[in-house]
Amino acid sequence: MDLSEINFAVLVASLVVASTPLVLAALGELIVEKSGVLNLGVEGMMIIGAVTGFIVGVETGSAYIGMMAAAMAGALLSLLFAFIILIMQANQVASGLALTIFGLGIAALMGHPYTGIKSPQISTISIPFISEIPVLGTMFFQHDLIVYLSLISVLVIWYFLNRMRAGLILRSVGEDHDVAHSLGYRVVTIRFLAITFGGAMAGVGGGYLSLVRVPQWTEGMTAGAGWIALALVVFSGWRPFRLLIGAYIFGGITILQLNLQAIGVNINIALLSMAPYLATILALVVISISRFRGNRGAPGCLGRSFVKIT
Amino acid sequence: MRQFMKYFSASFLFISMVITSSIAIAADYKVGFIYIGPPGDHGWNYQHDVGRKAVDEAFGDKVETVFQENVPESADAERVMTQMALSGADMIFATSFGYMDPVINVAKKFPKVKFEHATGYKTADNVSTYSARFYEGRSVVGHIAGKMTKSNTIGYVASFPIPEVVRGINSAYLAAKKANPNVEFKVIWIFTWYDPAKEADAAKTLISQGADVILQHVDSSAIMTVAEEAGVYAFGQASDMSAFGPNAHLTAIINGWAPYYVEKVKQGMAGTWKGGEQTFDGIGAGMVIIGDLNDKIPASVKKEAMAIRDGIAAGTLHSFTGPINKQDGSPWLKAGETADVGTLLGMNFYVEGIEGDIPK
Repeated sequence: MDLSEINFAVLVASLVVASTPLVLAALGELIVEKSGVLNLGVEGMMIIGAVTGFIVGVETGSAYIGMMAAAMAGALLSLLFAFIILIMQANQVASGLALTIFGLGIAALMGHPYTGIKSPQISTISIPFISEIPVLGTMFFQHDLIVYLSLISVLVIWYFLNRMRAGLILRSVGEDHDVAHSLGYRVVTIRFLAITFGGAMAGVGGGYLSLVRVPQWTEGMTAGAGWIALALVVFSGWRPFRLLIGAYIFGGITILQLNLQAIGVNINIALLSMAPYLATILALVVISISRFRGNRGAPGCLGRSFVKIT
Repeated sequence: MRQFMKYFSASFLFISMVITSSIAIAADYKVGFIYIGPPGDHGWNYQHDVGRKAVDEAFGDKVETVFQENVPESADAERVMTQMALSGADMIFATSFGYMDPVINVAKKFPKVKFEHATGYKTADNVSTYSARFYEGRSVVGHIAGKMTKSNTIGYVASFPIPEVVRGINSAYLAAKKANPNVEFKVIWIFTWYDPAKEADAAKTLISQGADVILQHVDSSAIMTVAEEAGVYAFGQASDMSAFGPNAHLTAIINGWAPYYVEKVKQGMAGTWKGGEQTFDGIGAGMVIIGDLNDKIPASVKKEAMAIRDGIAAGTLHSFTGPINKQDGSPWLKAGETADVGTLLGMNFYVEGIEGDIPK
């Protein structure tokens, strides 16, 4: 056992890659929840994104076109959810779960002819000058476009929610949809947009899995990433920067576990592999206990259907 | 969650199988196969499916084969096999280690159905097992790995800590050490046979820690893809995987099940099939095949590798020939002594020189 054998710069670089799908999907869900909608279908939208992105990527030979297709597929599936809960006023929890199960099933069907095929590659873009900074450059500035996109998204979403009027309107819809409605804001339209954005982000997260991180298509390859993304939103207290840190911790546990094994540390692998999922369950319990909501930053109307009072 | 989804998809597949099997055309003899992953994995399952197709080809209309993919190693396996037996299967090939107890349970309920279980050790009157001496192939690739590494660090992505996998690590290590005394092994256990994301992460980790040759005992081709990208070497597992890494792919240990499957089905139809048998064949019988050697391997190393292959096939060479000590330094084999099958089948220790512990 020799800890110096672990290259920490490379370790951080690979945990950034491992966490990127989580960051993307969780950011999308953050916006959805801020608008007062709880979409438990993240896993389903991710896997649809993964399979569509992979298929389109293979057929067109361009991973970027694949990524765009992944976003569209995620958004399309989320529209179904939006229709059911906003227009048909169905229960959000049940509809979200159904979305996950539906997504996993249809992705398996679509992806069946595509198992064991190589995907087109996305090249990494080293940012001039800063990528040459020792350690830090390796960690954060020698990645592919999507990683940078995820980092920029964190900034943009923080700015949108805290510094822009549109973000304030979105939050007000999530806090109290009746008041927002009486002020003249279109609750249903705003939620539609938020849900679609969340779907697109989850789709890109899935596409990143199948096109960059693995890169291959396998049935059920999201392996619970969507649920971890959901939990991350709660952990972060609905704050974008905390969400980013949380995602890197989640991704870090996996990568660290592998690194420790390779240098021969005797650790309980089962326990470490279990940790992210245990934390997820805890977070999902917290989300369901309403009295935590007030002081943890959860939107007041999270998960409640909006019925127009005329 | 994962378990839940597995269970869910398995029950879905189960239902779809009931539908498909009920409309199947009746042939004289029906043979079922269950796979742990998809036949499109280009690895373990792919080769079993090659064997199944060889049965189709050998017997034509006389034999009908059915298969079920992605069957979890749990009670679901019992359900799938029960359904196969109920729908008239005469012989069932269960092609993964974890199907062992389900096979024994189902075999009790259907004494007339013949069961063939891959890589297990439990038999019954209507259950035989078969396994390949993959470790013989690992001697060949271990030698090549030892010669090809420049960093003297060889990475090994392992699945579950069962004797078959431990045997492979030991065999590869002994051959690599002989070829290159400075060689060091780094082993990562990922506790799955098939999860491309985990396999890729493990390979990336090993490469980041200096490994420039990666061996794998997991089923997908993800590691080959990663190795190609990183510019390091790897070996195909179960199937030729050169399509995924033309530069990285040095050679492959290919599983040759076809002759065995055809022979067993023939015996089953003729009534000469026997239960309780344990087949354990290697390079000599064609159950383990060394694939094409990449031209990146120097001619002298190619020649040495082929000499090891041919020696093992002819029986003049054994992967485990003494003197060999166990990891803790206690003697295992005396000079010139070779390992007995019993120890090999139950191997639960590293040989001397490998660092780290086998997870419990």
